[in-house]
Amino acid sequence: MTGLRLPEADAGVLARREEIVAALRGIVPGEGVIDREREMRPYESDGLTAYRQLPLVVVLPSNTEQVSQVLRYCHANGIRVVPRGAGTSLSGGALPLSDAVLLGMGKFNRVLDIDFPNRCAVAQPGVTNLGITKAVEHEGFYYAPDPSSQIACTIGGNVGENSGGVHCLKYGLTTNNVLGVELVLITGEVVRLGGKHLDAGGLELLSVIIGSEGLLGVVTEVTVRLLKKPDTARAVLVGFPTSEDAGECVARTIGAGIIPAGIEMMDRDAIAAAEAFVNVGYPLDVEALLIIELDGPEAECAHLLGEVSAIAQGCNATTLRVSNSEEERLGFWAGRKAAFPAVGRISPDYLCMDGTIPRKALPLVLSRMRELSEKHGLRCANVFHAGDGNLHPLILYDANKGEMDAAEEFGADILRLCVEVGGVLTGEHGVGVEKRDLMPEMFDEVDLAHQQRLKCAFDAEGLLNPGKVFPTLHRCAELGRMHVSGGQLPFPDLPRF
Amino acid sequence: MTDVVKVADEAGLVEAVRAAIEAGKTLDVCGRGSKRDLGRPGQTDWTLDLSALAGVTLYEPEELILSAKGGTPVAEIEAMLKERGQMLAFEPLDYGPLLGGAEAAGSIGGVVACNLAGPRRISHGAARDHALGARAVSGRAEAFKSGGRVVKNVTGYDLPRLLAGSYGTLAVLSEFTLKVLPRPPMEETVVLPGVSPEAAAKALSAAMGSSCEVSGAAYLPGPVAARIPELKLDVPAVVLRLEGFEPSVRARRAMMISVLMPFGGVEVVETAASPGLWASIRDVRPFVGTGARAVWRLSTAPAAGPALAARLAEQFKGETFCDWAGGLIWLLMPGEASEADKVRAALAPHGGHATLVRATSAERAAVPVFQPMEPTLAALTQRVKASFDPMGVLNPGRMYAGM
Repeated sequence: MTGLRLPEADAGVLARREEIVAALRGIVPGEGVIDREREMRPYESDGLTAYRQLPLVVVLPSNTEQVSQVLRYCHANGIRVVPRGAGTSLSGGALPLSDAVLLGMGKFNRVLDIDFPNRCAVAQPGVTNLGITKAVEHEGFYYAPDPSSQIACTIGGNVGENSGGVHCLKYGLTTNNVLGVELVLITGEVVRLGGKHLDAGGLELLSVIIGSEGLLGVVTEVTVRLLKKPDTARAVLVGFPTSEDAGECVARTIGAGIIPAGIEMMDRDAIAAAEAFVNVGYPLDVEALLIIELDGPEAECAHLLGEVSAIAQGCNATTLRVSNSEEERLGFWAGRKAAFPAVGRISPDYLCMDGTIPRKALPLVLSRMRELSEKHGLRCANVFHAGDGNLHPLILYDANKGEMDAAEEFGADILRLCVEVGGVLTGEHGVGVEKRDLMPEMFDEVDLAHQQRLKCAFDAEGLLNPGKVFPTLHRCAELGRMHVSGGQLPFPDLPRF
Repeated sequence: MTDVVKVADEAGLVEAVRAAIEAGKTLDVCGRGSKRDLGRPGQTDWTLDLSALAGVTLYEPEELILSAKGGTPVAEIEAMLKERGQMLAFEPLDYGPLLGGAEAAGSIGGVVACNLAGPRRISHGAARDHALGARAVSGRAEAFKSGGRVVKNVTGYDLPRLLAGSYGTLAVLSEFTLKVLPRPPMEETVVLPGVSPEAAAKALSAAMGSSCEVSGAAYLPGPVAARIPELKLDVPAVVLRLEGFEPSVRARRAMMISVLMPFGGVEVVETAASPGLWASIRDVRPFVGTGARAVWRLSTAPAAGPALAARLAEQFKGETFCDWAGGLIWLLMPGEASEADKVRAALAPHGGHATLVRATSAERAAVPVFQPMEPTLAALTQRVKASFDPMGVLNPGRMYAGM
């Protein structure tokens, strides 16, 4: 694990490993506690496979009471806990620590309630994103956020990461589609936030739980909003001679009051890799390709396809194909959806970045990325959620040639560039360990302290998923310090940090 | 008497909060003062007047974003958006008339701090769902930022959304960035008259469960319907709004008529009258002009809404109507008494929460205005409050006694 600093392991905890394993077996019987090295191997990494670490022990509870007891025990004994869903995080959010219990939520795999009259479903956190849609599609409903890992990633992980997908410009992220959660705090206390009603009431804690990367609590139940599947979805595939033209087409489409269900952009390298892999007829003589999808009633799609096609023509489009069948539409998407594995075929390793930029900055960012590509001596293919400005540059490298450090530096430069043009470090993959040390590019000490004190309100000892998101571990007492020259403390019954 | 501290920029805001901390005083955080009677009555020493902390600082229609300082009038923002064919899609309700004040007098900071939303809540979310970034000053007299200016961002905790709905108890909004959306070129309303509460719930469920993309869904009992002039009705009615491009609205109208066929014949309110109808529902106009009679806002599972609304009206001899496909119930009590315990007991079997949005200050001081919380959640809420405002300087007691 070169270059990655993780919190120093607690030697006392390591020394008590046998005792901890025995105590956990007392809470979660049978195969729910895994302590043999060989069996813990599958948990040593998540989707960010560059980093690996065996946990202290793996625990797989199967109900809220067990989660509560495990956390209460860990809290009482000062033991760190790393929560994990399906382990598909691309930012190392579920990377284990050598002295931490890895809390796997995979056994929470049931959809508990499907309520069509209220258009919601209650699922355990280990249900996959697609599993929710599968459970409700017989009535024509679906769960809207669709991260590309949706076949494997879990709704609990989606809550942890505030996952997006290709349709979030129109349908929102996880945070716009979750109505409530049951949450276990590190103390073992269970709280319920929200439910089947539209707003939770009280402080909007649900909104900070979503996207908190497992640092605030462990979600044991999720209530999600269901939507009726649109009658029709049609897509248009447009090639442009320059990325500026493609960017202009996106801006004019939105400027015309059209919010497509999805707008994806690919650059020349990504188009070539995808076409070579899946052969769906992407034009190879263009600099940028847009897939614009429209959904809704058939009349709306037909109307908007006309509008969008006219806009595209006015932006120098050199090729334009409108899908006339579901098969053709899926074909347009097949290349985009296979972009990552396609790039995987042309390069031994690749690093997928995830910054978001204001859309108008795209031409500048692409040209600066070409300069960075030369500087670092590595190639880079770009896929881009063009509607919402979320970039996924794929940096191609070969770890066996010792290129990993250069790839990471290239990636960091890209993210700094995103912040420089008014964007952010991560649009949907999360900070995790990957972007942790870049947080100061976006936030100053005061900004970060306000976030970390929120963490203290949930987890005063910093036992939940430490080493993720924040570049420096501060003690809560130090963060909470405040100089007071007059007045009385208004919460005399509250413990001061 | 209350001292007023007026600030015009973020540095002044930091100074004001620091001065309050050092003097051991508390602050009533006040944008433009249109919602001062919302929440528990204040017992604050100084008023923090943000009306001069105003102005739109960034508006990029093609990026769908707008940033404005906390005290910026919402009306100014909405006018600016309208000029470019855009809108605040969460359709913030204007509490002014209901609370006995002026129309369109609120600030964007107030809209966000109260997490307001109108009928379009069901399809487009509340203010918090459009929160992208914030600059704010916490009760530590420190300015901080969170979020960003792009619509997709998971960098750090989502503090802009936390500040939405915190009623100024965590931090004072100095500048807020919102996602904005295109204004639909056309709207019309499909009306299903003469339905019982039970049939209304089923009709609302059928409409919301169809692919008609309904952007407003209300149930109006007869006397309430009669007070909305655009409707020209005095019988109970379900009203459903369709918005979008003309060919789409026309197609969905036909679809909606067939979805509602089992529940009876429908009428269509033409485009010209539809906005007024929904503004009435949004701003609770049917209950405006009823003096100091208590008004409740109940949020519950939508399918339970119409029947619960009917029971509440009967039990308390009051009046009710439902927005949000049944999930939002407005309850007008017959007098100044809020009957808080009984209202919440009636809601309890269905889940959700009840907020006393209008009552005399004596009544709002006497009963919990916001839904009381379970002890664990209450303690967590206290810790979150203390993490931003350890001295309890900002709007103490506005949401909960002792916080």
